[in-house]
Amino acid sequence: MSGSGDRQKVMTLNLVIWRQAGPDDSGRFETYAAKNITGDHSFLEMLDVVNEDLILQGKEPIEFDHDCREGICGACSLVVNGVPHGGQSRTTVCQLHMRNFRDGDTIFIEPLRARAFPILKDLVVDRGTLDKIIQAGGYISVNAGSAPEANSILIPKESADYALDGAECIGCGACVGACPNGSAMLFAGAKVSHLAALPQGRPEALQRVVAIVDVMGQCGFGNCSNHYECQAACPKGIDVKFIAKLNREYLKAVIHGFAARTVSDLGQPVED
Amino acid sequence: MLLDGRAPSGSIEDSWERHLLGLRLIAPAKRGYFRVLVVGTGLAGASAAATLGELGYNVEVFCYQDSPRRAHSVAAQGGINAAKNYTNDGDSVKRLFLDTIRGGDFRSREADVWRLSQISNRIIDLCVAQGVPFARDYGGHLENRSFGGAQVSRTFYARGQTGQQLLLGAYSALSRQIAAGRVKLFPRTEMLDLVLKEGAAKGITVRDLVTGKIRSHTGDAVLICSGGYMNVYNLSTMARGAGVGAIWAAYKKGAYLANPCFTQIHPTCIPPTGDYQSKLTLMSESLRNDGRCWVPLKVGEARPPNLIPEEERDYFLERKYPSFGNLAPRDIASRAAKEQCDAGRGVGPTGMGVYLDFSRAVGRHGKKSIQDRYGNLFEMYERITGEDPLKVPMRIYPAPHYSMGGLWVDYNLMSSIPGLFVLGEANFSVHGANRLGASALMQGLADGYFIIPYTLPNYLAGTRPGDLSPDAAECGDSRKNVEGRVSDLLEVKGNRPVAHFMRKLGSLMWDKAGMMRSADSLKEALREIRTLREDFRSEVRVPGRGDSLNSQIEAAGKTRDFLEFSQLLCLDALHREESCGGHFRIEHQTPEGEPRRDDENFCYSAAWEFTGEGSEPVLHKEPLTFYHVPLEVRDYR
Repeated sequence: MSGSGDRQKVMTLNLVIWRQAGPDDSGRFETYAAKNITGDHSFLEMLDVVNEDLILQGKEPIEFDHDCREGICGACSLVVNGVPHGGQSRTTVCQLHMRNFRDGDTIFIEPLRARAFPILKDLVVDRGTLDKIIQAGGYISVNAGSAPEANSILIPKESADYALDGAECIGCGACVGACPNGSAMLFAGAKVSHLAALPQGRPEALQRVVAIVDVMGQCGFGNCSNHYECQAACPKGIDVKFIAKLNREYLKAVIHGFAARTVSDLGQPVED
Repeated sequence: MLLDGRAPSGSIEDSWERHLLGLRLIAPAKRGYFRVLVVGTGLAGASAAATLGELGYNVEVFCYQDSPRRAHSVAAQGGINAAKNYTNDGDSVKRLFLDTIRGGDFRSREADVWRLSQISNRIIDLCVAQGVPFARDYGGHLENRSFGGAQVSRTFYARGQTGQQLLLGAYSALSRQIAAGRVKLFPRTEMLDLVLKEGAAKGITVRDLVTGKIRSHTGDAVLICSGGYMNVYNLSTMARGAGVGAIWAAYKKGAYLANPCFTQIHPTCIPPTGDYQSKLTLMSESLRNDGRCWVPLKVGEARPPNLIPEEERDYFLERKYPSFGNLAPRDIASRAAKEQCDAGRGVGPTGMGVYLDFSRAVGRHGKKSIQDRYGNLFEMYERITGEDPLKVPMRIYPAPHYSMGGLWVDYNLMSSIPGLFVLGEANFSVHGANRLGASALMQGLADGYFIIPYTLPNYLAGTRPGDLSPDAAECGDSRKNVEGRVSDLLEVKGNRPVAHFMRKLGSLMWDKAGMMRSADSLKEALREIRTLREDFRSEVRVPGRGDSLNSQIEAAGKTRDFLEFSQLLCLDALHREESCGGHFRIEHQTPEGEPRRDDENFCYSAAWEFTGEGSEPVLHKEPLTFYHVPLEVRDYR
């Protein structure tokens, strides 16, 4: 997917797209031509063009998730040529522009594939398990009304910046789709680290990490075995250092007796 | 008929506190008997649902997205205002109040704006406690920056993604209540009808977007927090899925819709490039802290920007509005930019653009510091346009962004239907005819965290919980009606895709009822919409089936709603024979091209009542009286 190409030149692309009528269908690849595409089309606008053609031909359009189309809502989730979001650094697929492709290119488009993300239709998957991870502990327990004055607890700039580096995650699930183990460790690590870096998040930090790790296993996510594919695919550039941080927080929880596991269990293979 | 907003009278400083003492309460042990339905999970919906859950009510919350975290509040970039006066530059609750009233061009309710300004500070406290990583200085204190329409720095921010961080805060609070079992979440679910019993809102009918099933949910009150309607225009900054459906369903059941013609066009968006385009991307107003807007003086200038010498540039905002300069409010900055483009001085391939130039700021503060402030916005710009704003000035152009109008609500945020409350952008309340930057996030969270938890119990205290069951006739009728409307769409089997109609409607609305309107253009728009509605009924093609995931059904339903709603917007714009804020009627301007307001005849909110298909809506007026700020001509010069 290299090459810049002339922005205004019109391209025709050969698309190989995963079609699946529903969760119980086995699914298959089908081939479509995308015509009259310019470099200024975003990847999803290119699919809009294909879909309008399909509708005019009396066929069913290709379903895919999308919403904000400016790279922040995390709804879009296509795997393009084997890479979630298409492999341009720090870019969601809605912000990937066709100037990154060349006339005549063949492009494979698939849904995110992971045990924890069942396919609903075509390119649409169910990522509700990511919400389950947040429900397990991705919050600070504070009720509206009980917060102290905002500047009463000072937070070093470095901590706030570090927290935001983790909090920037858009929950798209690319990390899970890119991981050979279908692991959500980057997603979970980013949230655990964001909250653990702030004084407000410390009181619950150890319970939080244990609850989140437990739920990840129950939801069918795999574990981390250091491939770093997640970081490469992440459209927000979330760093794998947050996985290391999650592991350190977990170790602390074990030492302090918050986890069901003990220190001597660590280093043993983990069943997911 | 005159409408009463039921705002407290007398001194404004303690109006909210006095009002609170008069509100009825529900004891903690009794709250579990009540169920509240919340539609939408943006800042308003998520904060309301979470807070009501914390208080002990049962809540059901609905969003069309696959996760509540994706609601479009997530895309707000710049910041959230609060009157903390941390910067010691003379800010106060009163000043935020005055700025907001003036910014709204004197078309909002005083008491509501006062309350918002007052609550602003508690929002920041709560968000910090939730772990929202706002920008901080090296001493660990919260940082502020400036936004349009203010001469103080009162905007709190988290890089260029403040909306995302605030929404994640509200989403995390919501998730905590879901885990606690207080809130039940229904994602990928769209509200299509409001169910009334004896005139009160007691339920909604929804479509499950995965299975296509039509269901009714019942409760003791309904909260609509579904955001704004700016997708009525082609190429807005809204999310693709954002529709007017919930608002329109409520309107058709008798809720008044107020000031639909108050629409905000944001001055700094990435300019459009072609017909295929699906949306425009905003570039935060905060960029105007350091960026300077200019166009070449010469019409048809062909030189690239860096070869145009200083004396041949027109820094038009600094020239026209010296005291606010590049931080003039949005309505004013947008019109000024359009004026330059219309005069032939626009830049870029389409001539629809003005420069936003950072070179002086880079010279003054260094590349690194500017990069730190706006890094992710520059990156976003470069991805879309292929140009680096630190080397070539950005090109920007105005785009539809926010709707100040919405469902009419009283001081308690209750609509004209008992039990139907409306929060956030979906209501019409505090922004008048123009919203100031960094005020939408503030309003959404004020409504959800700190207003509805007090005003809703006051209503619930007078109701009998569990009054309507989903099996009741009222719900059955509603389901039948919704099912009919869905199958109507599938049965047309025409030869044009839904997108064709939405593009046509959106373009004609932008051309004829957009930034500048006239009686002629609005009448033309109304004629064209009528034809387009008929074409839609006979020519639309909605492929596939109704009983499965089929995004074309959603798109078609949204388009049908917008086709109807757009008529009301034009009607409202036509009736309001004045220019104010974002509503600019070209017949009503000063010789200098500034809007001319008519306080004598139009100092009211216009609330429209549905009276049946094909019959004219009825206008109700809520007079606006300004006791604490003199009615004056806005002047940012």
